[in-house]
Amino acid sequence: MNAHPETSRKTTVRGDHDPAQEDGLVMRDVTMLLGDGDDTVRALDSVHLTVAAGEFAAIVGPSGSGKSSLLAVAGGLAVPDSGAVTIAGRPMTKASRRARTALRRDLVGFVFQSGNLLPALTALDQLRLPSRFASPGAVHRDPMKLLTEVGMAGKADRRPHQLSGGERQRVGIARALVTGPRLLLVDEPTAALDQARSRDIVQMLAREARRHRVATVMVTHDTEVLQYCDSVYEMMDGALSKR
Amino acid sequence: MFLAIRELHFARARFTLMGAVIALIAVLMVLLSGLSQGLVRDGVSGLQQLPVTSLAFGHGVASDSAFSRSVITLDTVDSWSRQSGVTQAAPFGSTLINASSSSGVEIDLALFGVEPGSFLSPKVATGSPLAAPDGIVVSSTAADAGLRLGDTVTVDRLGTRLTVVGVLADQHTFGHVDVAYLPLATWQAIHAGAGPGEPVPDRARQEITAVAVRGDGVDLAAGDDAAGTESMTLSESYGASPGYTAETSTLTLIQVFLYLICALVAGAFFTVWTIQRKHELAVLRALGAPTGYLLRDGLAQALVLLSAAAAVGVGAGVGLGAAVGEGVPFALDVQAIAVATALLVGLGLTGAAVAITRIAAVDPATALGGNR
Repeated sequence: MNAHPETSRKTTVRGDHDPAQEDGLVMRDVTMLLGDGDDTVRALDSVHLTVAAGEFAAIVGPSGSGKSSLLAVAGGLAVPDSGAVTIAGRPMTKASRRARTALRRDLVGFVFQSGNLLPALTALDQLRLPSRFASPGAVHRDPMKLLTEVGMAGKADRRPHQLSGGERQRVGIARALVTGPRLLLVDEPTAALDQARSRDIVQMLAREARRHRVATVMVTHDTEVLQYCDSVYEMMDGALSKR
Repeated sequence: MFLAIRELHFARARFTLMGAVIALIAVLMVLLSGLSQGLVRDGVSGLQQLPVTSLAFGHGVASDSAFSRSVITLDTVDSWSRQSGVTQAAPFGSTLINASSSSGVEIDLALFGVEPGSFLSPKVATGSPLAAPDGIVVSSTAADAGLRLGDTVTVDRLGTRLTVVGVLADQHTFGHVDVAYLPLATWQAIHAGAGPGEPVPDRARQEITAVAVRGDGVDLAAGDDAAGTESMTLSESYGASPGYTAETSTLTLIQVFLYLICALVAGAFFTVWTIQRKHELAVLRALGAPTGYLLRDGLAQALVLLSAAAAVGVGAGVGLGAAVGEGVPFALDVQAIAVATALLVGLGLTGAAVAITRIAAVDPATALGGNR
């Protein structure tokens, strides 16, 4: 993670070239406004952020500070009003909606709150599904191997309602990694977990991010798990600063 | 289909309920189709089996009552015979009567007067063809009703006695009444109201209902101009059968409404289903699932549901139809049921497709945060 530990509302990228950064996430001067007229809110305020391949970064901040907006823009789910976002050197912000969907499919993995697994699918099918709409030539990881990696091989045939919160998150992490993403975006992964399970999940995320050399950004309220992160940022009123 | 099939299995209670509604609609559709076909058969099977391409009626006669009101003269037959493309033309008479048989059967008959030996003279399954002046050849359904070869049938009020000399192989009915073919001269006497031994006016000996025409590429308008008639093709003439248009249009209207109901029910179900899955769809889109993939998957799901439900419903409908008693005009026609089923599934799929297009509007960003 490269950023100025400045006191201003801006976080900036270090100037020197690092190939690992090119493989990860780069956000430059990203601003996003939400609402209309007098109700306009700066969800993201000139945000600069770089997360290198294999790096595990955490973003903390109060509710409504812009953490989810940052994830949405970083993952191509939303388009900022200004600024640029690249993932593994591929520009996201100028891409069409269809191209952003393809980039997301090929480059980004999402881990959602509570796993957000599809209720009709077994744990194994959750990992098989992305290959059904994969881009031509995409090489996915072996779903069963990944389930084994996250300790869920024994429950591959279980559906989400048959799994505990921690197990759902493990499956969600495996699903996010099955496409071999360059960027992993993690949204409050411990929101519904107790402290022990939270530590377990975040340790797993850190381990997987490094093992698979995936740039990982985790949004969290849980300060107990920050010790496992390579860098920590704070979001306040749309502005990002290093802690 | 990966997701579609798994969702169908996972939410089987909901899909079964929806499938049951579609299946019930399919049952109703089969019963209506059978009733419709049965009414058509009862109404015009006698006409359908006439070996003609068109019928020339009197000019200016209302098209829905041509068989009962049309009166033309025999010389029009010669006029039609001379028309280009006409291979055969013969006089044809039609009258509805009440009668009773010597074996005590009271029966209504549609008397079709034809010249014995002409191309209109029917082929019999049992007995002998038309020849004797008082001989009649009756529909198989009249035989089912109790008329037997050799029976004497007495025309009510006139007292004219006719003898059953032959029975046709199939159902020949007209306006829900059994057809009896008889020699044209006898028909003319009955049509003129002349009882046994009473003289038949010369004018009546020249009167017929229509000219039956068979030919290829016949210019009907030119023939009508020359003969002073008004032609209908054979299928157009069905509308002149008593009650035919009213019955078929009523049933067609009910069937159209049934198709619309199917489309609306399918649309409503898949609208609710799509709204319920909104968060899952947002997750799928966030994972990079293309809109096209999700639409195809949703449509495949709808197609499986509608096809399976229609198959069950059609099966049940055919079973119920087979159990319908003979008193109800009911006929199962494979082609009619196949077309109706295709329409049911097609329109249901259209309704579902309109609902499923909501997928395109799902915002993948709602997969983030606590938006559940």
